[in-house]
Amino acid sequence: MERIYIFTRFERFWHWTQALLVIGMLLTGFEIHGTYHLLGFAKAHQIHGIAAWALIILWVFAIFWHFVTGEWRQYIPTMKNADVVLRHYALGIFRGEPHPFKVTRRQKHNPLQAQAYLMVKVLINPLLWISGLLYLYYNELAALGQHFDLATIALAHTIGAFLMLAFFIAHVYLITTGDTVGAHLKAMLTGWEHGEEKNPR
Amino acid sequence: MSARILRRIATEWSGGLLLAALLVGGSALASEPPPVRLDSTADHSKYKELQQEFASGPELTKVCLSCHTEAAKQVHRTKHWTWDFLNPENQQRLGKKNVINNFCISVPSNYAFCTSCHVGYGWKDASFDFTAEENVDCLVCHDTTGSYRKLPGLAGHPPYKDVEIPPGSGKIAKAVDLSRVAQKVGKTSRDTCGACHFFGGGGDGVKHGDMDSSLASPDKEVDVHMDATGLDFTCGTCHKTASHDVPGSRYTPVGKDKGGAHMRGKEDKSNPATCQACHGLSPHKDSGMAAKLNHHTDKIACQTCHIPAIARGGVATKMSWDWSTAGRLTPDGKPMIKKDDKGRVIYDSKKGDFTLGENVVPEYAWFNGKVSYTLLGDKIENIEGVTHINKLGGSATDGESLIWPMKVFRGAQPFDAVNKTLVTPHTAGNDDTAYWKNFGWEKAIETGMKVAGADFSGKVGFIKTDMSWPITHMVAPKEKALGCSECHTRGGRLDAIDGVYIPGRDANRLVNLIGWIVAGGTLAAVALHGLIRIVRRPR
Repeated sequence: MERIYIFTRFERFWHWTQALLVIGMLLTGFEIHGTYHLLGFAKAHQIHGIAAWALIILWVFAIFWHFVTGEWRQYIPTMKNADVVLRHYALGIFRGEPHPFKVTRRQKHNPLQAQAYLMVKVLINPLLWISGLLYLYYNELAALGQHFDLATIALAHTIGAFLMLAFFIAHVYLITTGDTVGAHLKAMLTGWEHGEEKNPR
Repeated sequence: MSARILRRIATEWSGGLLLAALLVGGSALASEPPPVRLDSTADHSKYKELQQEFASGPELTKVCLSCHTEAAKQVHRTKHWTWDFLNPENQQRLGKKNVINNFCISVPSNYAFCTSCHVGYGWKDASFDFTAEENVDCLVCHDTTGSYRKLPGLAGHPPYKDVEIPPGSGKIAKAVDLSRVAQKVGKTSRDTCGACHFFGGGGDGVKHGDMDSSLASPDKEVDVHMDATGLDFTCGTCHKTASHDVPGSRYTPVGKDKGGAHMRGKEDKSNPATCQACHGLSPHKDSGMAAKLNHHTDKIACQTCHIPAIARGGVATKMSWDWSTAGRLTPDGKPMIKKDDKGRVIYDSKKGDFTLGENVVPEYAWFNGKVSYTLLGDKIENIEGVTHINKLGGSATDGESLIWPMKVFRGAQPFDAVNKTLVTPHTAGNDDTAYWKNFGWEKAIETGMKVAGADFSGKVGFIKTDMSWPITHMVAPKEKALGCSECHTRGGRLDAIDGVYIPGRDANRLVNLIGWIVAGGTLAAVALHGLIRIVRRPR
């Protein structure tokens, strides 16, 4: 069995910090939204704001990292083998078939996975970021003559939050679909992923 | 040799003596100047002119004016004197002598009683001479002794001899020592302003809710600015007065002060009594939340968060007044008074039923500073509904409004059931028609309307009314300002405010629905997928 090192130390740091911040922002964000009362509005708002800036800083580093390492290429969408992967999740997985996608250093996400992450990066994150920054600074923008309707900003931000929540749920589930239930999680923690394993379990 | 030593000692001795003399003399030169009053350049007790007995207020005023030559003419120009005000916004003729409210209702025909709060002497009927300078009452604002008191029924005069008030009560109001009060005049104070403004509506705290006798010497909790052992503001600290004209008006208030803090040397005609006139437009500092709190200032009046409740000083404010139940008498025909368990009057045959409140949470409304009144003669549109004694302008979209706290005073009061107008009843007086003596509405209103010069059909009904009082006093310490969740929640303080998106209160229902379907659907899908994986797991 071959093991390959696919997640570098920065990548793992980025992933887990981001995970923590996103979970925190979902929890506090939906409290601000009025869905439940947990920490109280003031505390929720405070944490949401701090986490937002932490996430922005993290992302600046992550974007820089993607470009200098060329890792952004992992997210170039492709339909090649997408049907095979889809068939696996729809049928093969229930028959105990091995995953048809083989992780390599050059391509560490299967085509569906890569497309899902790309959606997060080009759709959900920008939607949350842009609406979130407008949410923070709409008064300053109004002072500059750029009037945004807060309800519209909040609407966009809420749509982004629901999409992020849905992604989060799917993501957490799909990490259990590796060779073993904990394989993907282990890879994300240690950086090492099974590469060419033929017969899981 | 020894002579030289002696001479030297003598020289040094003398030098020492000289030094000692200089030190003593120097300390004498550096000693404190003699004690002096620093609050004024004049000690009125030293004026010979004031060291005499005065038979009446006007007699004293003449002496005041012999030095303060322009004072009366300045007072004559103010609302405190004229009780008359033409609102330049809508040309409504307002002022105390013209408006009708839902407390004691109106001034005409009740002058001698109401004018105990006039800054003048002798306004007992419409013939009062508004041009007479000696009719100006200097003492009511400038008394520092606390002994000067004007009594209802004396047309603005203080008692010049001991009187029993009310007659038959056994309570004696002592004659005012005009000479003593005059010799101790000074700047206005919370007590002098409060003598009228704390007691508006016929008693302590009745009218405003944010002004009552607890502000005479408040602690920090009641009013952070007036805190008697702290900042110790007087009314005049904010209502910065020049030429006897006190700024800050209920007829033309400032709904949204966009001007920022006043600065010396800068021409600034705006109201100096607004919060922004001192605190500016970005008042929050030194906190992680400061930026977000400052964002609120474009929509929320300072008062909304910083006055969490009114009537906080232990004095209840009247919240409603139902005149329609007035006039119930005891079986032997005597007026009666009912009190609640705290000893507060809740029914008075002269006035009807009251409700009172302490620590009252205000109501909230958009307010742009524009106020229009329902005046005598104005047709009442809907006699079944609630007539607004004053209508406050404002909306989320006019760019001039902020969300303000309000005391909304509700009541029922007499009106002309045929002409459909408000009326001005003759309530106070020791005569054949005054309501408080005779308990007959028709005669009382007929008299009052005659004095006011208005038509009266003779038919009396009662209508529901309300009156809004924007709240601005009793600013709490910042630790007691409202927290976020007071408004950022469903069913919070601003639940009824329209035209603004409040996170935590508002959400798009369709987006919420679709959002939860998407998120919940994802959860259901992965749960099902996982379940099938478990069930179909190869053994």
